[in-house]
Amino acid sequence: MTTLGLRPHDSGFPLRHILGIEGLSADQISFLLDLSESYVALSRSEQKKTDLLRGRTVINLFFESSTRTRTSFELAGKRLGADVINMSVAWSSIKKGETLIDTAMTLNAMHPDVLVVRHPDSGAVKLLSEKVNGAIINAGDGSHEHPTQALLDALTIRRRKGRLEGLTVAICGDILHSRVARSNIHLLTTMGARVRLVAPPTLLPAAIERLGVEVFFDMRKALEGCDIVMMLRLQTERMHGSFVPSIREYFRFYGLDRDKLRAAKDDALVMHPGPMNRGVEIDSELADDIDRSLIREQVEMGVAVRMACLDVLTRSLRRNEPSGDSA
Amino acid sequence: MSATAYVNARLLDPESGLDAPGGLLVEGGRIADLGPRLFAEGVPDGARRVDCGGHCLAPGLVDMRVQLREPGEEHKETIATAGQAAAVGGVTSVVALPNTEPVIDDVAGVEFIARRAREAKLVKVYTYAAATRRLEGKEITEIGLLAEFGARGFTDGLKAIANAQVMRRVLSYARAFDQVIVQHPEDPALADGVMNEGEIATRLGLDGSPAAAEAIMVERDLRLVELTGGRYHAAHVSTAAAVEAIRGAKARGLPVTCDTAPHYFTLNETAVGDYRTFAKVSPPLRTEEDRQAIAEAVADGTIDAIASDHCPHDQEGKRLPFAIAEAGIAGLETLLPLALALHHKGEIGLLDLLARVTAQPAAILGLPGGRLAKGAPADLVLFDPDQPWLIDPDRFRSKSKNSPFDKHPVQGKVLATIVDGRPLYEAEG
Repeated sequence: MTTLGLRPHDSGFPLRHILGIEGLSADQISFLLDLSESYVALSRSEQKKTDLLRGRTVINLFFESSTRTRTSFELAGKRLGADVINMSVAWSSIKKGETLIDTAMTLNAMHPDVLVVRHPDSGAVKLLSEKVNGAIINAGDGSHEHPTQALLDALTIRRRKGRLEGLTVAICGDILHSRVARSNIHLLTTMGARVRLVAPPTLLPAAIERLGVEVFFDMRKALEGCDIVMMLRLQTERMHGSFVPSIREYFRFYGLDRDKLRAAKDDALVMHPGPMNRGVEIDSELADDIDRSLIREQVEMGVAVRMACLDVLTRSLRRNEPSGDSA
Repeated sequence: MSATAYVNARLLDPESGLDAPGGLLVEGGRIADLGPRLFAEGVPDGARRVDCGGHCLAPGLVDMRVQLREPGEEHKETIATAGQAAAVGGVTSVVALPNTEPVIDDVAGVEFIARRAREAKLVKVYTYAAATRRLEGKEITEIGLLAEFGARGFTDGLKAIANAQVMRRVLSYARAFDQVIVQHPEDPALADGVMNEGEIATRLGLDGSPAAAEAIMVERDLRLVELTGGRYHAAHVSTAAAVEAIRGAKARGLPVTCDTAPHYFTLNETAVGDYRTFAKVSPPLRTEEDRQAIAEAVADGTIDAIASDHCPHDQEGKRLPFAIAEAGIAGLETLLPLALALHHKGEIGLLDLLARVTAQPAAILGLPGGRLAKGAPADLVLFDPDQPWLIDPDRFRSKSKNSPFDKHPVQGKVLATIVDGRPLYEAEG
């Protein structure tokens, strides 16, 4: 990946792919967020469509099922005027490294301009990026990164709080398996926010504090003075004794309800990347509270952020054509 | 509640290091005051006066490893009979293993024990909860909720948590609630014998369990403690190798403690003799070198606590060929005199020895008893450290009489046991 910095008002974007937040500079992140703002405005206007990507092909390549992220990318591509193709591949029926490369070769023959890829294995999107000609956006790889989720979370926070720097953000739940947590940690710490993690010790990865975060086991202590409380989804298969003894114990100690939220600032806001497990990690009524919960707003920001990502990557494609050696 | 003045006592409190003649005043179930000159002006008006005759007045014993057999095996023991046995033994707090039927692995089980103990109104009964569901060594129990409902520490009882990943997660998970994990430290695959592996087992034709089975599990667990930062307690250590490993871990500052039972510093494998099933215990009685190492480790503090490992069995469980007989000793009533033997042999000071059966187990499990201090619960034992007698299992209050210490001479007799200021037991004569 190139290490070129981004100057303010630079019309281009120096990266060929968006594989992760780690390694992006504060300027690059701000640039993407600023650009996303303009797409929020566009998406709210009556005429939601531009022809910026007319004639371009975007392929949503999902090796793991996802409704909301895929739909969000599909909508983003269509609003920019691109031809969007959805490809779902049941990864469980393949399971071989060579096949991923075979898939890349097949796709190359279709000349996509952007590939949006989700894969259950960490690093698989990176591997694919080394073999295909188009630009790649990581739509989530294993427990590694989910960069557009972190960007949409940041945009949501910035619009409500006016800034990221100096805010205290608690990320709660299954940090161990969460790509959303990792991308958010990278983004928020890069932008000068204070990040706290709270989880049972079994759901915290080793040496996580080396990423510049504070770790808590006690949710009330973690939430003290927080501006933002970001909840993570706990997968069902982890709720019954392997990592966590039971749903009721998890909700009792790590589920967000009004009582625990009282420890945070009075104007603290609640986020969740979806889909939620109501009554597991978040109290149902709290999730629907429009004064505290940003969950619906996050979905809206998702489309805008993904439009911005498609925009910048096709700009640099245009600049680099015929596609070449910048990876 | 009226006050009671214990006068003319030798006050012994391991926590503060107090060992002096004096008196102690109990009011409202708590220790109101104590000290050498407490009753210099006479006992307070209306207080009942108890002359201790110069005998030792110490915190009641805290026995951190007891099987109550209730619920499920009430023909061997009940909370009430174990409570009576404890009182005779000078034990004022017992901590029960969760290996009952059903297993204590949910909140209802913890509440059941608490309710039955309230009804029995004898000694204080605390309980561990299972570390894994049904003691199967697979799924973590609701450690947070169980701790909130009063479980003190988590253990799979007589079974080792064998799977390293499960042990890692249990240690790790319990950290969030500052709970200790108590391990039966034997590799179950290696420890498949019925007595200590060695010459005697070979001569008797019995399958042996090597000392290495204990050392391997302890050493593995210590690595996991290092990895997780979780609090770990090795139960009933029996070998020199395990003690050595724990000594090293403590020197490195790991949050590790351990206990042993009196039989591991009193007897060695020769006690099995001619297939005596009363000497069958788990882990097995070891070599003389191991026995000495355990005694030394009690003296130097590597072993934090002495627990009876009370394991009541009926006659049917022991009147069997050695290989298939039950393992375990009914030990509540002999804990103090057997432990005192170490003191009488000059291996350990009286206060240090008492610490192993009072303040230290209380500290490991966060129990309120185990000390003589103003405001502490008036859980007391009055004993004569020197009085000689012969252990007689037929006179046990426990429902079960399985003890290898029949006619074993000991020195030191419990004269009275007091729980929350309530006299629970007084020796005859």
